[in-house]
Amino acid sequence: MDVLLQQIVNGLVVGSVYALVALGYTMVYGILQLINFAHGEIVMIGGLTSLFAAKGLLAMGAPPLLALLVAILAAMIVCAIVGVVIERVAYRPLRNAPRLAPLITAIGVSILLQQLAILVFGRNYFSFPELISKAPIVIGPITVTLNEIVILLTSFGLMAGLLWLVHNTKVGTAMRATAENQKVAGLMGIDINKIIAITFAIGSGLGAVAGVMVASNYGQAHYYMGFMLGLKAFTAAVMGGIGNLWGAMVGGLILGLVENVGLIFVRGDYKDIFAFVVLVLVLIFRPQGLVGERVAERA
Amino acid sequence: MTGMTGILQTKRNQLIALAVLGVLLAVLPFVAGAFGQAWVRILNMTLLYVMLALGLNVVVGVAGLLDLGYVAFYAVGAYTWSLLASAHFDLHYPFWVLLPLGAFLAALAGLLLGTPVLKLRGDYLAIVTLGFGEIVRILMNNFDKVGLPWSDKSYNLTNGPRGITGIDGLNFFGFKISNGLEIFGLQITSLQLYYFVFLAFAILSVIGVSRLQHSRIGRAWQALREDEIAAKAMGINTRNVKLAAFAFGALTGGLAGGLFASMQGFVSPESFGLLESIMILAMVVLGGMGHIPGVILGAVLLSAMPEVIRYAADENMQEKLFGMVLVAPEVLRNLIFSLAMILIMLFKPAGLWPSPEKK
Repeated sequence: MDVLLQQIVNGLVVGSVYALVALGYTMVYGILQLINFAHGEIVMIGGLTSLFAAKGLLAMGAPPLLALLVAILAAMIVCAIVGVVIERVAYRPLRNAPRLAPLITAIGVSILLQQLAILVFGRNYFSFPELISKAPIVIGPITVTLNEIVILLTSFGLMAGLLWLVHNTKVGTAMRATAENQKVAGLMGIDINKIIAITFAIGSGLGAVAGVMVASNYGQAHYYMGFMLGLKAFTAAVMGGIGNLWGAMVGGLILGLVENVGLIFVRGDYKDIFAFVVLVLVLIFRPQGLVGERVAERA
Repeated sequence: MTGMTGILQTKRNQLIALAVLGVLLAVLPFVAGAFGQAWVRILNMTLLYVMLALGLNVVVGVAGLLDLGYVAFYAVGAYTWSLLASAHFDLHYPFWVLLPLGAFLAALAGLLLGTPVLKLRGDYLAIVTLGFGEIVRILMNNFDKVGLPWSDKSYNLTNGPRGITGIDGLNFFGFKISNGLEIFGLQITSLQLYYFVFLAFAILSVIGVSRLQHSRIGRAWQALREDEIAAKAMGINTRNVKLAAFAFGALTGGLAGGLFASMQGFVSPESFGLLESIMILAMVVLGGMGHIPGVILGAVLLSAMPEVIRYAADENMQEKLFGMVLVAPEVLRNLIFSLAMILIMLFKPAGLWPSPEKK
């Protein structure tokens, strides 16, 4: 029982990170019906940027908390720029192309970003400085770290913020309209290109924060960290119902929980299988995802 | 391109073109061999990729089902051969058992994957096939200690990440390909012999796929791709047609897998990752989906290009040009490779050599 509780807590922490990354996939998919394969790499760039920013600031004698905040900000800005540039260069020209063409450029961009990361940062595992205490805190049967608590609170805060933005602001309304029908949204005076760029910027910014979280939680970052994380997060987005914000959050949390609770029953080597088996089962019984709406079949 | 098709109008010119192509393909391994056997191996891998791309093209290009886990079938074929013709279990079955068996098991895996995902569309299908591919790879990685719940004894089925070594090569009724051959004083190395075997299979796949594409079921696949509901309304049994696409694609992959294992003599789960599936998909899309010559072009380009870049971008070359090594050759290779992928798609969204029919 105690093990179960502990794994639920671990699952929530990992799941909240998955959810943040999944939001990036689902936002882009909702508007462009494109699997942005490069999103995992955005997360990686966020992790590495924040790592080097934090290290540099610490070396200059900045207090850890300030270093962390500046590092996160730096990561968000860098990732938002990278995301917007990718959209402008690699996806926008292909908006009316055959459906698989942008998927292939996305894969190309993903490989390209990895190689650029090797060029800029190197191919080593870099250790992330401990900016928030990782000393274990024992609460009854479970053990957490302050770092994990901050991760959990930050990601829930960001998710709430995103929901508010999408549902209660002018930009959010424009985003929803664009996702619903680009042509009509354009006729209503919405600058489609601007809204899509903003979507990429926000999704990439969330991905950057997720990258910082992963790097700080595992204490390291390297150029390949985005690959599996991106894959899992995308799985989570699909499981929840791709294109749906609630779906990405629910899917991410469930995936994190399933993986970690599953560890009680299955050897760690099979952890990754678990995620995919659950995905297949969910989609067999609910082909539109957990939260996704049942859309009428149309040609 | 119109000039070329113009020349190919007459029967006589077609025959001449075919003959020239045949001579080129026959001489190619010897030209490559002059530069070193490594180049012959690259040729052989290119032929395997042609087979794989053709197989995936049936699923993605012709039937329009996005499959991101295609490499799983390649793996099934390779592991069938490796387990039943190696020192691992000390089994040594001949090729005429193993190649059909591998293809059959791969097709079975295709049905296994196809059945639960029949209802899924588009990107949902893509992610489930991706998951399927990962599941197969992880199983191969972990089946070095398969335990049964009721006993503590565990069995080493796949030798895990270390892979299987000492795999038998192709063996034609007593004639071992690995020994090479000498005819009329002409030395033919074993890799060059493999080239001709692979070439035969690749040609067989080309003929098979093109015949199939222009048959009743091929037209049904295209109808499915263009509009599933309309296809259904026309009386096409979409379930069976979809399953047939998965099974046939998988069969080709399984065959290529067996051939790969026989040439390589070593397989490990590392050769069957997601990136490999993505590469094969990229070959299909870059070349021109649903168009056999385009797909072949894509496979040749994407499998040969990294090797050529590797050769061109190595340290010596950089030192000659810039006086120092600017970028690690592997990084440079992947940089150029990914840029090429992006640029080709940006300028030729329908692929380098798309099918001529207007969409």
